[in-house]
Amino acid sequence: MKIIIVGCGKVGYTLVEQLSAEGHNIIAIDENMEKLTAVTNNFDVIGIEGNGVSYEILKEADIKGTDLLIAVTGSDEHNLLCCMIAKKAGNCKTIARVRNPIYHNDVEYLKNEFGLAMIINPESALAQEMSQIVRFPFAQKIDSFANGHINLVHFRVDTDSVLVGRSLQDIRLSLKSQMLVCLVNRDGEVTIPRGEFVIQAGDVLGVVAERAKVNTYFKQLAISTTRAKDVIILGGGKTSYYLAKILLKNGQNVKIIEIDRERCEELCERLPKATIIHGDATDHNLLLQEGLEDADVVVSMTNLDEENILLSMFCQSNSNAKTITKVNRVNFSGILDQLSLDSVLYPRLITADYITKFVRSASNSLNNDVENFYKLAEGQAEALEFSVKDDSLVTGTALQQLRIRKNTLICCIYRDGQVIIPSGQDCIMPGDTVVIILKDYKINNLDEILER
Amino acid sequence: MNYSIIRYITGWVLKFEAAFLCLPALVGIIYHETDSISYFGTAAICLVLGVLLTLKKPTSRSLYSREGFVIVALCWTVMSLFGALPFVFSGDIPSYVDAFFETVSGFTTTGASILTDVEVLSHANLFWRSFTHWIGGMGVFVFILAITPLLGGSTMTLMKAESPGPSVDKLVPKLKDTSIILYGLYIFLTALLIIILIILGMPVFEAFCTGFGTTGTGGFGIKNDSIGSYSPAIQNTVTIFMIMSGINYSMFFILLRRKWKQVFSFEEVWWYLGIIAVTGGIIFSNIREMFPTAGEGLRHTFFQIGSVITTTGYSTTDFNRWPELSKSCLVLLMFIGACAGSTGGGIKVSRILILIKSIRKEIATIAHPNQVSKIRLNGHVIAEDTIRSTNAYMAIYFVMMSLSVLLLSIDGYDFTTNVTAVIASINNIGPGLESVGPFGNYAFFSPFSKIILIFNMLAGRLELLPMLVLFSPACWRKR
Repeated sequence: MKIIIVGCGKVGYTLVEQLSAEGHNIIAIDENMEKLTAVTNNFDVIGIEGNGVSYEILKEADIKGTDLLIAVTGSDEHNLLCCMIAKKAGNCKTIARVRNPIYHNDVEYLKNEFGLAMIINPESALAQEMSQIVRFPFAQKIDSFANGHINLVHFRVDTDSVLVGRSLQDIRLSLKSQMLVCLVNRDGEVTIPRGEFVIQAGDVLGVVAERAKVNTYFKQLAISTTRAKDVIILGGGKTSYYLAKILLKNGQNVKIIEIDRERCEELCERLPKATIIHGDATDHNLLLQEGLEDADVVVSMTNLDEENILLSMFCQSNSNAKTITKVNRVNFSGILDQLSLDSVLYPRLITADYITKFVRSASNSLNNDVENFYKLAEGQAEALEFSVKDDSLVTGTALQQLRIRKNTLICCIYRDGQVIIPSGQDCIMPGDTVVIILKDYKINNLDEILER
Repeated sequence: MNYSIIRYITGWVLKFEAAFLCLPALVGIIYHETDSISYFGTAAICLVLGVLLTLKKPTSRSLYSREGFVIVALCWTVMSLFGALPFVFSGDIPSYVDAFFETVSGFTTTGASILTDVEVLSHANLFWRSFTHWIGGMGVFVFILAITPLLGGSTMTLMKAESPGPSVDKLVPKLKDTSIILYGLYIFLTALLIIILIILGMPVFEAFCTGFGTTGTGGFGIKNDSIGSYSPAIQNTVTIFMIMSGINYSMFFILLRRKWKQVFSFEEVWWYLGIIAVTGGIIFSNIREMFPTAGEGLRHTFFQIGSVITTTGYSTTDFNRWPELSKSCLVLLMFIGACAGSTGGGIKVSRILILIKSIRKEIATIAHPNQVSKIRLNGHVIAEDTIRSTNAYMAIYFVMMSLSVLLLSIDGYDFTTNVTAVIASINNIGPGLESVGPFGNYAFFSPFSKIILIFNMLAGRLELLPMLVLFSPACWRKR
């Protein structure tokens, strides 16, 4: 696919990185020559220096022959205008990043009126993801499929867990549960485990289960599933606002600590039910005073990565609260794993994943669209959701008779409201929704999981 | 320094060379020549070495600019070292230094020869000489990038180090597609020329060799008098194709895309054609009396100009005997060279334009000390980095030239010979003036001088820096 990416900031850079690795033809546009050279030096793309809103520049980037334009500059208005011009000039699909909360409720209107294929709000997307984790405090990360009916729950195995030293087969038999361990991340190395795999303390397991039953299963594993009641959010940025809004709607208690007085007032106006504390989140006396020890979840979301990481470490040593840490720079993620923080989220990866998902399904000429897409463990593996169409090659044959490629796991089939964890005798039917995990290769189409 | 990737890519280049070497071997078989054996033998050596070097995958795939530069410089040297073997094995060029000189001259599209009599060479040897021009013209790595995905990742550094000109322009977002387009255009031009030459009555074998030498802007002739004995129609065809090969290949691409506005704002190409026209006028009026008809005068004028500015190095007449004004014009053209992004060598028209514009800017700052101004080329503002590297290029260029002239003087030949030999080598032209003129050759130089010239040819083709980087200890150190 031919893709123009306007804006080479944090998200733009990650997008170029991901999409060029997927083999697309990419033209990057940015006014800042330095940012542009960083992109063109590191990836196989062309850079054009200039303002992406300008028709002249878009023409130079061959907008007529382009399939998709992604506007991720720092300004919402620029992004929208850029998409409108691109739509008129080249009739391509367009994606805009719109992050100002003022436009938050206008998203559907803007999308329909301006013919945008997608509007992404990174903060809101991040907040959504975080709210999932708050909902299931024992999980590091939760990916949802089939309109949320299926969850892929990632959690770390503690030293005192009943799972330690047991094989997957053993667990499956003893629990008699419809739950599948489909991914293990041991010291940064990801594997799709087989039945004889033995779990060690410190492993991060990815488990697929029906959403409604997740809590039950985790109770069987003697993992506390009590819903978080008190959430403290450190830092009162845009994401904090969106997150607080979702949590308050779910009836949870939210306390936001923010250093800027004016921002506090603003938050107070917009979130009447939340407790807004004006103060420095790095002041540990303040934290203890505000009930850190009794909180269920603490979300570190200040502007500084280092501060967030330290705050989370402080929380882990001073309370039983689950910590969620926002880290903007992705580069240090390998090291962060060693700190054994509960949940670490990378905003720009989330945005880039959303867009990559869209591009995957848009670049698919056949019918088996990618409905959902998550990169797992820094892109070492991928989880994809497909809706199966009539002409698919994988339907109607028992799974054990299909010649499926290595490092592929069909973890879940969703049929008529039923979640099936498939065994060898099951088969995929047209109309099903299938969740697949793969490692070492990439697909756009469900049929590609078969050996050629 | 990532040694393993250097080893791995060098291995792959050797494998490619083994494939290239099979072509002259096949030519040898067609003409029932025993030289085929020496080509197949060399191909086998390259293949075995290549396979050995690529047996182990590189431990790390990181490829930064210093690895890129070292790989390109090293591979070109290694290719020439092995490409010289068949000449030695077949006995046509017994001295290895001479054979090495000839091969480097081929790959760098210089066309300077140490042979006194070309016509005694076997078909296989003649073909290999011309074919090295063709490969070297567009570049080995461009070729490898076009057909294999082996390097993956950031191969831009290789392209940067190999392709001529102050900055690299990709035609399309992907490097691989760019390489395919470049080689597509290149093959099309070459095939077109060969067909026209055959129609005009040139024997098939000679048409192939001349075609490779022309579009690669090489200049190895297969006759002792280069192109002189062919019909005027053939000479004019070669002139046109030489000049076309000196044009930036991006121009052909935007012509194909019918982007007329960009075509007109492509300053470099218009200046290039303008320079050809103006010097054509000067030289023609200067040598008008030497030829019986105006037509013949024009034909020779433009042939020599096309040959020199594109740094091809063919000749139809001995311009060494032309008046001083014409000779000086030609020497100046040697410096200018062809367009960036073409197969030609020299300083490149775009660098000259950047230099002239910087000079103008300097003068303007004296008149208006506070003036803010930018240098534009082809309708775009040129980045400060590019201007800086252009200045550095010029400085290195002249330092290297002066040193080489000094070292060449040890042999004791006359000044014009030494100077033009260096100019003709570093700019990848081939013929200079006096003893190394169009009808002379480089056989008389001592082996030491030949090695100096070899270095100049390689440095000139790879735009100076890569060859110097090879000798920089800082670059070879571990990280």
